[in-house]
Amino acid sequence: MSAAEDLGYQEKTHELKWVGKNVTRTDGVDKVTGRAQFGADLIMPGMLFGAVLRSPHAHAKINGIDTSKAEALKGVKAVICRDDFADQPSEMIQVGELSVNIRDVIRNVMAREKAMYDGHAIAAVAATTAAIARKALKLIEVDYEVLPHVIDVEEAMKPDAPLLNEDMFTDGVDPKPDKPSNIAKRLEIKLGDVEAGFADADVVIEREYRTRPVHQGYIEPHACVASYTEDGQGEVWASTPGHFLVRAITARLCGMDVSKVKATASEIGGGFGGKNIVYLEPLAMALSRKCGRPVKMAMHRNEVFRATGPTSGSHMKVKIGAKRDGKITAGWAELMFQAGAFPGSPVFPAAMCAYACYDLENVLVIGWDVIANRPKTTAYRAPGAQISAFAVESAMDELARELGIDPIDLRLMNAAKEGTKAAYGPTFGPVGQVESLEAIKNHPNYKIPLGPNQGRGVASGFWFNIGGETSVTMNVNDDGTIALTLGNPDLSGTRTSISVMAAEELGIEPDRIRPTIGDTTSLGFNFISAGSRTTFAVGKATVEASRVVIDEFRARAAATWDIPVEAVVWEDGHARPASSNAGDFEPLSLEDIAREAKKTGGPIAGHVETNVSGAGPSFATEAVDIEVDPETGHIKVLRFTAAQDAGKAIQPNFVEGQYQGAAVQGIGWALNEEYIYDDKGRLENPGFLDYRMPVASDLPMIDAVIVEVPNPNHPYGVRGIGETSIVPVMAAMANALEDATDVRINELPLSPPRVLKALNEKNGG
Amino acid sequence: MARYHVSATVNGDDVEFLCEPEQTLLDVLRDELHLTGTKEGCASGDCGACSVMIDGRLVCSCLVMGAEVGDREIETIEGMADGEQLHPLQQKFLDYAALQCGYCTPGILIAAKALLERNPDPTETEARFWLAGNLCRCTGYDKIMRAVMDTAAEMRGE
Repeated sequence: MSAAEDLGYQEKTHELKWVGKNVTRTDGVDKVTGRAQFGADLIMPGMLFGAVLRSPHAHAKINGIDTSKAEALKGVKAVICRDDFADQPSEMIQVGELSVNIRDVIRNVMAREKAMYDGHAIAAVAATTAAIARKALKLIEVDYEVLPHVIDVEEAMKPDAPLLNEDMFTDGVDPKPDKPSNIAKRLEIKLGDVEAGFADADVVIEREYRTRPVHQGYIEPHACVASYTEDGQGEVWASTPGHFLVRAITARLCGMDVSKVKATASEIGGGFGGKNIVYLEPLAMALSRKCGRPVKMAMHRNEVFRATGPTSGSHMKVKIGAKRDGKITAGWAELMFQAGAFPGSPVFPAAMCAYACYDLENVLVIGWDVIANRPKTTAYRAPGAQISAFAVESAMDELARELGIDPIDLRLMNAAKEGTKAAYGPTFGPVGQVESLEAIKNHPNYKIPLGPNQGRGVASGFWFNIGGETSVTMNVNDDGTIALTLGNPDLSGTRTSISVMAAEELGIEPDRIRPTIGDTTSLGFNFISAGSRTTFAVGKATVEASRVVIDEFRARAAATWDIPVEAVVWEDGHARPASSNAGDFEPLSLEDIAREAKKTGGPIAGHVETNVSGAGPSFATEAVDIEVDPETGHIKVLRFTAAQDAGKAIQPNFVEGQYQGAAVQGIGWALNEEYIYDDKGRLENPGFLDYRMPVASDLPMIDAVIVEVPNPNHPYGVRGIGETSIVPVMAAMANALEDATDVRINELPLSPPRVLKALNEKNGG
Repeated sequence: MARYHVSATVNGDDVEFLCEPEQTLLDVLRDELHLTGTKEGCASGDCGACSVMIDGRLVCSCLVMGAEVGDREIETIEGMADGEQLHPLQQKFLDYAALQCGYCTPGILIAAKALLERNPDPTETEARFWLAGNLCRCTGYDKIMRAVMDTAAEMRGE
């Protein structure tokens, strides 16, 4: 059997040389010296600056757009609006973990019949300077007919709510409704019989929860440069986790062949799912097509908040039944999620993940996908799972209190494990939920005594992780170094982790491998960097490519020695005879074989084009200690411990960084972050001053605990690790608040005014 | 529109540029001088991604007009390393994996350098408050703080 054929987990019989050690990231020097080029950093000769006119209304019919005055301004080279794009039919396409309708994508990129939210793109301009472009926007005249709007999910679901789309009839209900509504879809995740389960319960906890939309909060605003030439070819440079997606959507919306769009990914300044969709690139391409010059477009922070992201706000109901001894008999939930102006909230993954941490016989989760006059939601780190976990894990904590059982013990008693049939379908293989719970239970932080106004909260979380289409090329240079071309933008160090796996396979130092993110013409298709797939899936494909190369090295050595290829082994970067029976030959190093390649058959390369399967789900459990200021309601985080199953940490310090970053995003979501709209449906806090993300002085160090239960479907046991650690945070914080104050708050954020009000109510006003 | 003619020093080099009255120093650095290491995150002084030094003082370059910096000495991320020799902070950020996407990194390095020039022996709390003007969404600040504190210790010779 060829070494490339079995890519399952193999327990290593020798010590790993590079995997599991920390090496310096290959893009590190560029990023600490300012050389790394992000979306807005490309400068092209003759380049123009683009700008977007955005709707000041939450909901308005567009009766007309007059661009003539803008076009007449000196320095303006192109103006576009809805008339410059053909309409698209209703067709679902996959975007990261979520799917979107291309009919909605064209409407989100550029408003057609109506402006659907404050910040919706109405027109765009390209001019010789950014100042002229901004000035031109003011000269565009739009005839709006303002319509009644709806922001809140509960309001949007009411029968008399302002209607966003007269053609939308709720999908998934029988019989089909006879009237349109803002409810796009009803869905259900079901296992066993919840009614029987509740009948069997000694204790039932039933609660309602609400969360607000929050933004992914990447520091780099969306940016791109597009260039269209007279022969119909286009190039686009974009800050994106998936330049193949940028190519596909730009080509589709601009009516171009896929082969005529070359997309190159810049370095990407954070995304967390929020850049899994396209906003500016088709506009820049259409502007460039109109004037024949390259066009750079970069959003202002205000535009990022008003027009991109966020994740859903929600209204949720949860009911959990259990026996006195702690055995859960039934879990039920109803999840109502804001999708924004177009359908496609993450309510489906939210429903699938809601009870995935537990080994339950009876589960029913109902989900509702609801549109409202807000920006279309995009993925945010474990999309939806964090929202349903806030509800379910808060209720679990109340159940533990009701039963008088330690919250970790209650979760251990009901934990998902190998053989558990998840309500969303699969039966789990080896998974690390028990191990993550035990890691927290045994952590010294869990035993530190707490003082007055201090509390400790625990919660668990789950995320699926994904594989997907992957293409990798490994070229062996004639000096024995390796050019590794990957098609997945690197948000967090993935190209280094992937190189480390290749180094381990090939038996050479990692710094002899140079990984590059290739453009869309250099590789086969690659699914975007999403779903915590990159280190797992691209790593797996790279291991396969390494083994293809190694097989070729063996073949070249066998030919050189004139012995059968089966008699050659690859060890420590050298081809050697398998045994003394094979012959007595001096080992050939990788450099030796590379140098002689011309004479032994030509260049050596390994290509892999595959659809990677076997992603390993990842579980996390986290504990947080807080102190509540009874005078102000302010919550201070004293310590935070995140334990997550990585399968195998290729680069432990990168893995810790993912857990720490996810924990802090969750802390921001729990304590401060929310969208605030005025009564006209305009966003009131579209900036970092009023949308308050955590800063260094808000936080302690974050203790990351790497649990390793190998994924049987990856050669080194890797699972995805980028997302799960955000899932438990908000519930853990609310649970800690009750522990500290005996006050339970089922609505996010746990901001000082809300906490203070609850404390005052508890103390009798 | 009349443009201002400005002469200044950037990373030790004399520079001259023409700028519009409304262009910020950040716009000038990026669009006129093509020093794109300094980043825009908010253009309102809330994120610190555009941090630079002017005459030894830490500022958000998005809050300074380009026309204001005549005869000033400006330091940006491009001037932080000494030839091939990285500044100790830059090296420690690599050693500690104190960056993920790397977008906030130039601003944080400039701000951390300013801290250590002013206070070579900060407490962790002092360092956290000094860097509170620099948003990072990837790291949760843990490894950044460790890298800064360890650099301070190393530069003190500990």
